Amino acid sequence: MFTEDTAIALLDEETQDAINIDRTKGDFTFPERNKFDAGWGLSSDTVDYICDVKQDPDWVREFRHKALAVFESKPTPTNWATEDLNNIDYSKIRFYLSDGEKPKRSWDDVPADVLETFERLGIPQQERAFLAGVEAQFDSEAAYSNVKEELSKQGVIFVTSAEGLKEHEEIFRPWFGKVIPTGDNKYSALNSAVFSGGSFIYIPKGVKLKQPLQAYFRINSESFGQFERTLIIADEGSEVMYMEGCTAPKFETATLHSAVVELVALKGAKIQYVTVQNWSSNVFNLVTKRGLAMEDAEVRWIDCNIGSRLTMKYPGVIMKGERARGEVISIALANTGQHQDTGAKMIHAANNTTSNVVSKSISVGEGRSTYRGQVHIPKHLKGCKNNTECDALLINSNSRTDTYPAITVKGNRHATQHEASVSQVSEEMLFYMRQRGLDEGQAMSLAVNGFINDLVREFPMEYSVELKRLIDLEMEGSVG
Amino acid sequence: MTTTLPTWFAARQEAAKTRYESIPAPKRNDILWRFSNIKQLDFTNLSGELPPADHVEIISRSTGLANPAAKFVFLNDDVIHSESSLPDNVICLPLADALVSHPALVERHFMQQETRLGSAKFAALHEASVKNGLFVYVPDNTEAKGTIEIHHWISGQTSVFPHTLIVTGKSSAVRVIDIFRSADETTPGLAIAFNDLCAGPNSRLDYIAIQDLNETTRLISVNETTSARDASAKAFILNTGASWARNESLSRLDGAGSRSDMLSVSIPHLEQEYDQRTFQHHVSEGAYSDLLYKNTLYGHSKTVFSGLISVDEGAHHTDAYQTCRNLLMTDDCEANSMPGLEINADQVKCSHGSTSAQISDEEIFYLQARGIDPVQSRQLIARGFSVEAVERIGDAETEALVLAFIDAKFARIAGGS
Repeated sequence: MFTEDTAIALLDEETQDAINIDRTKGDFTFPERNKFDAGWGLSSDTVDYICDVKQDPDWVREFRHKALAVFESKPTPTNWATEDLNNIDYSKIRFYLSDGEKPKRSWDDVPADVLETFERLGIPQQERAFLAGVEAQFDSEAAYSNVKEELSKQGVIFVTSAEGLKEHEEIFRPWFGKVIPTGDNKYSALNSAVFSGGSFIYIPKGVKLKQPLQAYFRINSESFGQFERTLIIADEGSEVMYMEGCTAPKFETATLHSAVVELVALKGAKIQYVTVQNWSSNVFNLVTKRGLAMEDAEVRWIDCNIGSRLTMKYPGVIMKGERARGEVISIALANTGQHQDTGAKMIHAANNTTSNVVSKSISVGEGRSTYRGQVHIPKHLKGCKNNTECDALLINSNSRTDTYPAITVKGNRHATQHEASVSQVSEEMLFYMRQRGLDEGQAMSLAVNGFINDLVREFPMEYSVELKRLIDLEMEGSVG
Repeated sequence: MTTTLPTWFAARQEAAKTRYESIPAPKRNDILWRFSNIKQLDFTNLSGELPPADHVEIISRSTGLANPAAKFVFLNDDVIHSESSLPDNVICLPLADALVSHPALVERHFMQQETRLGSAKFAALHEASVKNGLFVYVPDNTEAKGTIEIHHWISGQTSVFPHTLIVTGKSSAVRVIDIFRSADETTPGLAIAFNDLCAGPNSRLDYIAIQDLNETTRLISVNETTSARDASAKAFILNTGASWARNESLSRLDGAGSRSDMLSVSIPHLEQEYDQRTFQHHVSEGAYSDLLYKNTLYGHSKTVFSGLISVDEGAHHTDAYQTCRNLLMTDDCEANSMPGLEINADQVKCSHGSTSAQISDEEIFYLQARGIDPVQSRQLIARGFSVEAVERIGDAETEALVLAFIDAKFARIAGGS
């Protein structure tokens, strides 16, 4: 007989399985082979060491030192964020590692063990051909970097940020640190002090990339914080989609990942930034992401958070030009021991700007998912619109979900709406599906799939390999 | 009078004084004071000057319902008038008297919850300074028919600490209205009010607060409600007056199957600021809470709404809803909403929604086409917008009283700003 108690007992086991993502594909390490190592902890010597190794220009050195001072002066934001942040021990983190080799230009030049890592990660050969360029980050530096020739001809720049600031300073420098100033928050200051790796992309006027650009990031050395810095500039009327995915090997001690991503969409440009985050569950993932949208431009953040111990990530869009548009679409999955603290920030700074936030989270076991949002519509603007929807699904009786939006509207020519709901898979739904021959696990899997399905469709089709695999793996576990 | 106060009360006032001094003042970056105007917490500008007040005139102005079951008039926390036709077993006394005649009963219910929405310091100040208010105790299986009406007047540049403590026994019922007003239109005053609502098992407790202070006066009011098994507590707040008002409402659903309705209508204009913080705390299984706050903003006014639904571990089968709607009537008003959820239980139905918008041109056009001018149309729509929350009070006479205050405010807005 099917009773509520057995259902819950069943659920627990099934969903535990369902949620234990098959991380074995990323769960391996290779011998470390680091020519440069900044050692443990963070001080101004660490910053100097990074500058020396990377042969940074003087302005970058100065920028890093200023940022370090800001980082040290800012308190840990536990007045609103989780106390777990106090568990980060900066003295037990290595802030820079590199094998000292220059970025490779062709797959043949990439070291065999690195290639094998990517092989295990499942970057398919076919996809490589399909994708416009592959920027694969292995530890701090890009181990492989390649932009298809035709894109180079169009004037597209797709390089590491280190190369960007040296070779393309005239484009890079005016926007670097402008969307996210060093002092924005403690972790953006940290990144500004020790950043290495990441991408710099410039899309010239009117160039519309039909194929997405893609980068895979990996952490390999134990206790190694990864601080990539990405800057994407889409010139007037251009379009680009950038995709980022993370898998990380399991480590014994906590690892810190703190990236800064700045997007600049000039007049009429369109940038889509897609992330699938699957760090192992000991990683602190504290990321600052923000886009600037000028007149008629559009910035879309499409975000999926599955891994990490604590993720704090609130992609934002500053709509600076008239009719600019910002969008954040996010899926978060929190399992036992995980806290997905995600959200969105929409700053309206011009007339007739519109923004949309759709967030869905699933909490499993003792997992905790949090939505934090900010919508700001200042005075003297008119015709601004925001729509925010957050839905949370709780799988087990000790799962937790929180929602903390903040909406400020000044003036009377705007419209905002915010809605959130919390629910669980209803008994009726499970009963209905069981009656039609599905077992408890399959029914649960179907229901969870249905919950996120409308957002999964928002992810670009080209990205299906990585995202579908991650989601399917979870759902597969609950079958049988 | 202090000599006759029970020792526990004196001890608590002493402890509260120490607590008030030791709790730091809220700072700008305190999360519980986000978007608040911290400058309003400087209370040093009050001279303490007390002009002689005409008691007869104040009593004659203390009009409310046609036939209240009981009526009390306080002027600067002193009782100047009282009348009651309540049944004998219902205790309805000024707090100062109740402390003497029913010390144990008051002690059991007086300020038992922790003030957690930011004003702990001011709750301590209230506890240390309170000298009067009203104590209502409705015994088991008793319905206090009609409505208890309390008028609180502030006169002169002074602070008052009105306290309303309502306790309902098993299967009892009561309705209480607090009306806060100033003796004149210009003298700045300060009210730090506290109301404790303790709804016993299966009882019904309705509480209505009408805040119509003059527009130079500031108010902090803390509402703490606990509902026992199958109890229903309803709290309604109307804000039309004060230069700055902060309402903190904490509703604790202690008993299984309890219900809490939290309602508010605020109509700020000119430079008025209303700062409202709410907390729906689901402790037990199968409880229901529903919050509806409606703000209509004129002039340069500003509102802050911060609401949180918190569902404890084990509070399964909770239904909790929270809605804040802002109607923006001018270019310069500002509405801040922070509707929050914290869910730790299973089989929970929760939702919250917040909207901010203006009246659409189509609506104005529709009414204009029927011969109503745009100014009137806007007023009409704004009134209808507020009525949605008012009619949830569920008592025609009380609703009419609340609407009279709302209409007076609309008339003030139409005439002045």
